[in-house]
Amino acid sequence: MNKPGREPTRLVPVPSPNIIPERDVDKTPILEAQHLGIDFGGLTAVDEFNMAIGRTEIAGLIGPNGAGKTTVFNLLTKVYQPTRGTILLDGIDTAGKSTVQVNRMGIARTFQNIRLFSNLSVEDNVKIGLHNHIKYGTLQGVLRLPGYWKEERIAHERALELLSIFDMQDLAGAKAGSLPYGAQRRLEIVRALATNPSLLLLDEPAAGMNPSETAELMENIVKIRDTFQIAVLLIEHDMSLVMGICEGICVLNFGHIIAKGTPDEIQNNPEVIKAYLGSGKGE
Amino acid sequence: MKTLSSGRKRLFRNAITYGIVIAAFVILQILNAGGLLSPSLQGQLVPICAYVTMAIALNLVVGISGELSLGHAGFMSVGAFSGVVVSLSLQQAIPSGPVRLAVAMLVGAVCAGIAGFIVGVPVLRLRGDYLAIVTLAFGEIIKNIINILYVGIDGNGLHFSTQNEAALALGEGGKAILKGPMGVTTNVKLSSFTAGFILVLIALTVVLNLINSRSGRAIMALRDNRIAAESVGIGATKYKLLAFVTSAVLAGAAGALYAMNYSSIAAKKFDFNTSILILVFVVLGGLGNIRGSIIAAALLYVLPEMLRDFYDFRMLIYAIVLILVMLLTNSPFFQDLRGQLQSKLRDRAVAKADAKGGSGHE
Repeated sequence: MNKPGREPTRLVPVPSPNIIPERDVDKTPILEAQHLGIDFGGLTAVDEFNMAIGRTEIAGLIGPNGAGKTTVFNLLTKVYQPTRGTILLDGIDTAGKSTVQVNRMGIARTFQNIRLFSNLSVEDNVKIGLHNHIKYGTLQGVLRLPGYWKEERIAHERALELLSIFDMQDLAGAKAGSLPYGAQRRLEIVRALATNPSLLLLDEPAAGMNPSETAELMENIVKIRDTFQIAVLLIEHDMSLVMGICEGICVLNFGHIIAKGTPDEIQNNPEVIKAYLGSGKGE
Repeated sequence: MKTLSSGRKRLFRNAITYGIVIAAFVILQILNAGGLLSPSLQGQLVPICAYVTMAIALNLVVGISGELSLGHAGFMSVGAFSGVVVSLSLQQAIPSGPVRLAVAMLVGAVCAGIAGFIVGVPVLRLRGDYLAIVTLAFGEIIKNIINILYVGIDGNGLHFSTQNEAALALGEGGKAILKGPMGVTTNVKLSSFTAGFILVLIALTVVLNLINSRSGRAIMALRDNRIAAESVGIGATKYKLLAFVTSAVLAGAAGALYAMNYSSIAAKKFDFNTSILILVFVVLGGLGNIRGSIIAAALLYVLPEMLRDFYDFRMLIYAIVLILVMLLTNSPFFQDLRGQLQSKLRDRAVAKADAKGGSGHE
């Protein structure tokens, strides 16, 4: 695979070459994937996936359909256990950890096909995201001890605060399943943020959104990064979004990384153009 | 000002549920005191409470947690027989009837809870319908174990046997409590409608408070979408087990209450049909709808008795009623009607709140 050249100022001393913003250069990356791979039976879905993401970087993962992008997300969140390779989160190996444990370590995600708790209210969805930050036990809840009231009030205020990122606080009482599509996607992001992650994985956040909604979403992703000081890794087919806000981009095709670099470098990379548009010579 | 906030709405809904239960208790008590209840209905007051509790408990598993249990009568059975054994062995130690009943129900609840834990731990780690299969087997296993179990008491304490009454080798003044397939034939009736009412209130409080707490939200999150729940850091096994064991505990207490209402009780009372009967209450009352479970359990339990005048056609009419309820709850006309009724009630509540000057929230 040919690696695109990079500007010297952007060079980072981490094992895997990736574009990490200057402000994160002297820190360990929040996420490092090394030689990551998974086989489903005889099929290698992802192989030799190397990537490092800075602590406040917005990174993109793109590629044609079936390239293995969502599989990478499922590997990072341990929905699948990787066949090969290591994932370091903040320098800590996540080998053998479950989805639940990885979330507690700081990875939160959204899903390509929206997975909300659709029978529950918007507020409850966010409160479920806050689950591990609400400090009272089952017995305290059933007996309605003072701890319950105090923690529930805090959770309620926090939920509304988080919803206000997307101006959704007025929808708090609505049923999550009854929200329009775009609002459901935004609610998923809020729910993921509620778990207080250090890395937010967004799987096609702009899917099904119109251009003005997408523009608003771009602003909000940057705003989230700036307010929460977290890293964001997103899968997206909308190139205006990817090229507009990502600082580093990684291109997957058939489970392999074919290019890494800044948006400019990716746009001019011949391998990427070939993967998206074909070689022009016929197959 | 048009809509109540979600927290208020929930409080209002729960208040109605408590109100219905308390009103039903008061009305039945008054009718009973006035001698207006038929003797058969009078005898059914305690079983109604037991089955209402069972329906609330099973709804926690089936409706709230989204797992299917086909053996809840098994937990009822465990609670019933452990409760009876405790009550009959403590006859001398605790002379007061209500206290002994409370102790028996507590022991029944704990025993059923332990059984629930043992069944739940291996099964709830799996995804899929395994709980239905295992609980189905559990119900049958418990029934068969109690069918061959002999328990007696003498000066030296409890004796157990799986052979026959003689194998208990009871000492002087000893007596057999549980006699295998005959069950318990010398039970002392301790249950009262008031005790049943208190149990229903406790079950209702536990389940409603659980649902509206951190753990309850986790349970419902796992029901709605397990992958998403795990992605926000909610461990599936822990919360599924919590719901299942809580339900088993309540079922055990209900079983003890039920058993203490009869002078003789055998294991065959708590068979597969009983489990299905409770499931019917829950499904017709509405999955996840606690108030619905209570109403369905009370009405459908009394119905066969009310239909006694129809003799042979009794069960036929019962079946037709079940089908009609199912069809009507799904018909758009009745759903509209219910929606209109609800919004009317809500408007009235809002108006009342306004009149009180409670205009604090939007």
